[in-house]
Amino acid sequence: MTAADTHRTIEAVWRIESPRLIAGLVRMVRDVGLAEDLAQDALVAALERWPDSGVPEKPGAWLMATAKHRAIDRMRHRTLAQQKHQELGRDADAQREVALADLEAAIDDDIGDDLLRLMFTSCHPVLATEARVALTLRLLGGLTTDEIARAFLVPEATVAQRIVRAKRALADAGVPFEVPRGEELARRLSSVLEVIYLVFNEGYSATAGDDWMRPALCEEALRLGRVLAGLAPREAEVHGILALMEIQASRARARTSPSGEPVLLLEQDRSRWDWIQVRRGLAALARAESLGSPRGTYTLQAAIAACHARARTAEQTDWKRIAELYDELAGMARSPVVELNRAVAHGMAFGPAAGLALADALTAEPALAGYHLLPSVRGDLLSKLGRRDEARAEFERAASMTRNARERKLLLDRAASA
Amino acid sequence: MRFMVIVKATKESEAGVLPDHKLLEEMGRFNEELSKAGVMLAGEGLQPSSKGARIRFSGSKRTVIDGPFAETKELVAGFWLIQAKSKEEAIEWMKRSPNPHPGQECEIEIRQLFDAEDFGAEFTPELREQEERIRAEAAKRNK
Repeated sequence: MTAADTHRTIEAVWRIESPRLIAGLVRMVRDVGLAEDLAQDALVAALERWPDSGVPEKPGAWLMATAKHRAIDRMRHRTLAQQKHQELGRDADAQREVALADLEAAIDDDIGDDLLRLMFTSCHPVLATEARVALTLRLLGGLTTDEIARAFLVPEATVAQRIVRAKRALADAGVPFEVPRGEELARRLSSVLEVIYLVFNEGYSATAGDDWMRPALCEEALRLGRVLAGLAPREAEVHGILALMEIQASRARARTSPSGEPVLLLEQDRSRWDWIQVRRGLAALARAESLGSPRGTYTLQAAIAACHARARTAEQTDWKRIAELYDELAGMARSPVVELNRAVAHGMAFGPAAGLALADALTAEPALAGYHLLPSVRGDLLSKLGRRDEARAEFERAASMTRNARERKLLLDRAASA
Repeated sequence: MRFMVIVKATKESEAGVLPDHKLLEEMGRFNEELSKAGVMLAGEGLQPSSKGARIRFSGSKRTVIDGPFAETKELVAGFWLIQAKSKEEAIEWMKRSPNPHPGQECEIEIRQLFDAEDFGAEFTPELREQEERIRAEAAKRNK
């Protein structure tokens, strides 16, 4: 094995082991920043030793043992410093032994709950959304600062700073390392789900950015979703968000034509959908629906996506069902974007006039000003109603608003043929 | 990226010898670990090739050949479908698998799937929830 091979192996081991390693260490030292430092120390030790010694049989255990030794060293230093400072004398030895024994016991406890605690901690509402995202990808995804930076199109230093600040904010706020209970749980869980979905959408919507990192973000969000579903299997919305992501991601291959043009959902070649993934999505949706009533917003969105997934051809789409689901979603989480979707669904289910009535109600909506999908939806409905001049104007307006060159071309083509 | 991990057959798997209790338990634990790490997408064991068939294509002609098939070591006895960030990660995971045929020499093969290379922009009538971005933009404009 060459040095480069070993290096890649260590990276792979790190990705597999680091979340568990950090989670275990946080429980022990009660500080996310310190835990990550200790884990990094262990990584550095591995990078130094493994190229000569070879990768150990149980690399995870090796990393944990190394980090644990570093933790104990640091603790010794601290105790010694305290000893000198406070002149505790003979008692210090005994105290130190007790402290070390506690530490060892803490490390050897079950690790599964630690991961869940770590997820709740790095998605804590005390942090700004972008800090939560960066910290989660770093601590639970094992992504490097550079990878996160490329994915979100920000300088690496910005991400590094976000992470440092986030760790400090957690320490300053004294955020306990625990899984919240009762009412608090629902609030905190929605914060975790928000982070996961944001990561997914960032990868999926690709408004700009490094093509290589984007699919990786989708994969990472899916992986985090699956991990969370394993850790919190009784939470309906966890399965709901997983279902939503699986079904959306299943269409990835069909979303662009060979020449790179975006392909409309209804025009996609459904044989190119990933049917294994669709099935996983539908299974997750079934679990979500069996667990919770009323359905949460992610589960509802997944149910909508599932209507498309179940239709073998676009013509078989159950638009009435989709319209109902959007009505339910609007009743629960009314927003301009949901309303716009509802307009599309009603247009398909009950005719373009019904859709246009809903879309027209949104033209004064300030949050949608500058959002190209509103005029493009109106253009579509107007053209179905035979109001061609108005349709053309709407498509042109939409084209002038989008940031995506391919989308602009598609809209201009529609304007030309309206 | 996704990988198919192919478990090759042995004489015993081809003879229909079922995995013993111990192996089932170890495999169960390993699969649980894969699944909890969000890595496992699917995985199945296959029945011996004696219960399978082959279809040979030659020009426009199709010939059906019933199993069993001779080249045991090249036959497939089971598979996993996993998601990993790199081939190295897939290898690291699969090194942790229990020996699928305890006490015997056997191989598993790791192959990468073709994935959607391009997650380009999609323009769908079913719009995505882009609340955050729109809100942020609206907030910027209102400043």
